[in-house]
Amino acid sequence: MGLFANLKPKFWHHVDVSHRPHRHLFNFRRIWEMTIALTLAVALIPLIIMAVIDQQVSRNAIESDILQRTVQLVSVSKQSVSYFLAERRAALRLVVRGHDLEELLDDARLGRVLDNLKESFGGFVDLGVIDDRGIQKSYAGPYQLKGRDYRSADWFQEVSRSGMYISPVFEGFRGVPHMVIAIRHAVPAGGAYVLRATLDTAKFNNLLSVLDLEGRGDAFVIDRAGVLQTPSRYHGNVLDQVKIPVPPYTPQPTVEEVQTPENGPLVIGYAYVPDTPFILMIVKHKTVLMTEWVRGRLTLLSFLVISVAAIILVVLGGITYLVNQIYMADQRRLMVLHQAEYANKMASLGRLSAGVAHEINNPLAIINEKAGLIRDLFVFRPEYGEDPKLMSLIDAIIAQVERCAGITRRLLNFARSSESDIKEVDLKELILEVLGFVGKEAEYRCIDVQVEVSEDVPRFESGPGRLQEIFLNLITNAFAAVEDGGWIRIQASRKGGNRVEIRFSDNGHGIPQKDLERVFEPFFSTRHGKGGTGLGLSITYGLVQELGGKLTVASEVGKGTTFTVTLPLVPPKAANKSAFVDRMARPGMDANDTTGEYTHADTARG
Amino acid sequence: MRILLVDDEREYVSTLAERLSLRGIEADWVSDPAEAVLRAGEQVYDLAVLDVKMPRIDGIALKRLLEAKQPRLKFLFITGHGEEGAFKAGVSEAGPDHYLFKPVMLDDFLRKIDEVMSEDREEGRDE
Repeated sequence: MGLFANLKPKFWHHVDVSHRPHRHLFNFRRIWEMTIALTLAVALIPLIIMAVIDQQVSRNAIESDILQRTVQLVSVSKQSVSYFLAERRAALRLVVRGHDLEELLDDARLGRVLDNLKESFGGFVDLGVIDDRGIQKSYAGPYQLKGRDYRSADWFQEVSRSGMYISPVFEGFRGVPHMVIAIRHAVPAGGAYVLRATLDTAKFNNLLSVLDLEGRGDAFVIDRAGVLQTPSRYHGNVLDQVKIPVPPYTPQPTVEEVQTPENGPLVIGYAYVPDTPFILMIVKHKTVLMTEWVRGRLTLLSFLVISVAAIILVVLGGITYLVNQIYMADQRRLMVLHQAEYANKMASLGRLSAGVAHEINNPLAIINEKAGLIRDLFVFRPEYGEDPKLMSLIDAIIAQVERCAGITRRLLNFARSSESDIKEVDLKELILEVLGFVGKEAEYRCIDVQVEVSEDVPRFESGPGRLQEIFLNLITNAFAAVEDGGWIRIQASRKGGNRVEIRFSDNGHGIPQKDLERVFEPFFSTRHGKGGTGLGLSITYGLVQELGGKLTVASEVGKGTTFTVTLPLVPPKAANKSAFVDRMARPGMDANDTTGEYTHADTARG
Repeated sequence: MRILLVDDEREYVSTLAERLSLRGIEADWVSDPAEAVLRAGEQVYDLAVLDVKMPRIDGIALKRLLEAKQPRLKFLFITGHGEEGAFKAGVSEAGPDHYLFKPVMLDDFLRKIDEVMSEDREEGRDE
């Protein structure tokens, strides 16, 4: 809160105290709020929308990239699996083409063929020939399978039908996973036989285990029932049932996303390996794959947050500054309007008082002469002059006429002095003349007014009209500040070679320190609602500056206030109205000096 | 000493003349400036006391007319008006010392007459 109090713009707590015709045109807080809201909306909403869209786009791009790469990998792996099997099938074909049936029925010969196959391809465990009735005719390998009847076995049916068979992986007699490849070969002389080989799956497994997979990836093969054909890293061992549903058949490698309860979202790429029971699967964890993207998003998000903060700061600062400028310009405009109004008022007051004075002076002169004549008659004709009561009555009339004459003369002087000619002034006379206006009030309120003008103050060139106004304002101010029975002291003395200092001190209630720095501000008044416009001191300040002088204030609450006017003995050349208005607009705007020590603008000297 | 008093306020000028007469000063008064010019043709005056602002013709113009008749005539202006223009014109014509504001206390008036007349004598000596 303390920080905000310091940062708070000038217009924040502005209260419009001016009267109807010169009201502020703007509600500054509203302007401020509206502009900030609009600017922020225009700046931030597109930024945020773009950030969100960018997120979506990059997410989509990354996702499709992941899918693309998975498809490629599936495709390549499928080919190598397919090739691996085709190669072994082709080897068997080569065996049946290269040998007569008789040679293959010879176990020893068959054994040599098996050795050759082991040597050149690897993975072959045994080899056997089965005739077209399903009876094992010859066998080379670790088991004694010769003579076994396979007639009703599924694989035999299958190979008899389609000429070729590749079995799913199964555990044989030794509990080792292996698979069977069988081909049927028609003998040119009629009939057919089947060459059947068992392969251990180590080589087959190697095919997939060498794949380097990102994102906790896993590559394995399942059969169409979902039984693992090769070991997997995360989805179970050989012959385990995988937890992933078996994907439907598609001819091309396919990628899809699957939501699983244990592993979260998975990216699954699969391909049905043709002519085999195998489905090649590559499974990746999507969350792991997206880590990079999430990290990028975090960077982007922090950048976004910083940008938003910067925009808010700049918008707040900039708009506060601008609205403040508008506010101060508006204040200046009001000040000038008030000044013009004030000048107008003074001018019409001048005209009015001159008219009144003139109109009254003529009848007053007649009363004066008539009363004078009566008095003359008393003096010159003794028969009238015997009554001292009548004499004193006439004297009283003449005395009152004289008093009226004093009043009308002051009014006339006032009217004349509202024109701002520079002429020689007698400071003491001027002060006494001004005091004449308030003499009665001082008397009623028992206020002791003392005037001390030291001998060394010469008559000097200045604007008597403006001086009168300055003195009248300061004296009226002092009257407002003191209690009945208080005192006001006006002291004038020479200061330095070419200046005169006039101090207006009172023992009134004083001005609190926090108000002291604002007393010369336009519209600052502690008497709002009690007839104070808050303009008196700011106008006085302007008038003093206009005469090339300066006005300062010192005060202590409960003890009193002293306003000090320092005037040059030689008036500035450019004491004109426009400079006045120009400077009038200023005092409140830079009122930051707590002692109120405002130096006058030297530019005024031209 | 003979004085001509000119002021459109008849009551004022007549009473003033009467008061001066009581003090042994021969004072003729007129409330119409035109009549003042006629009087000046009939009678020689030492001093003319003129109101600055009068109907038809103002004090300054009247001064010129009277001067034409009597070049040695001295003038004293008197005004109840504070209007800046009239004030300035009067001062520049007659000088600040030949100027009085209404209402005038008779003592001040007599003193001013003495001043003006003594200037007259000094000037006379210079010639």
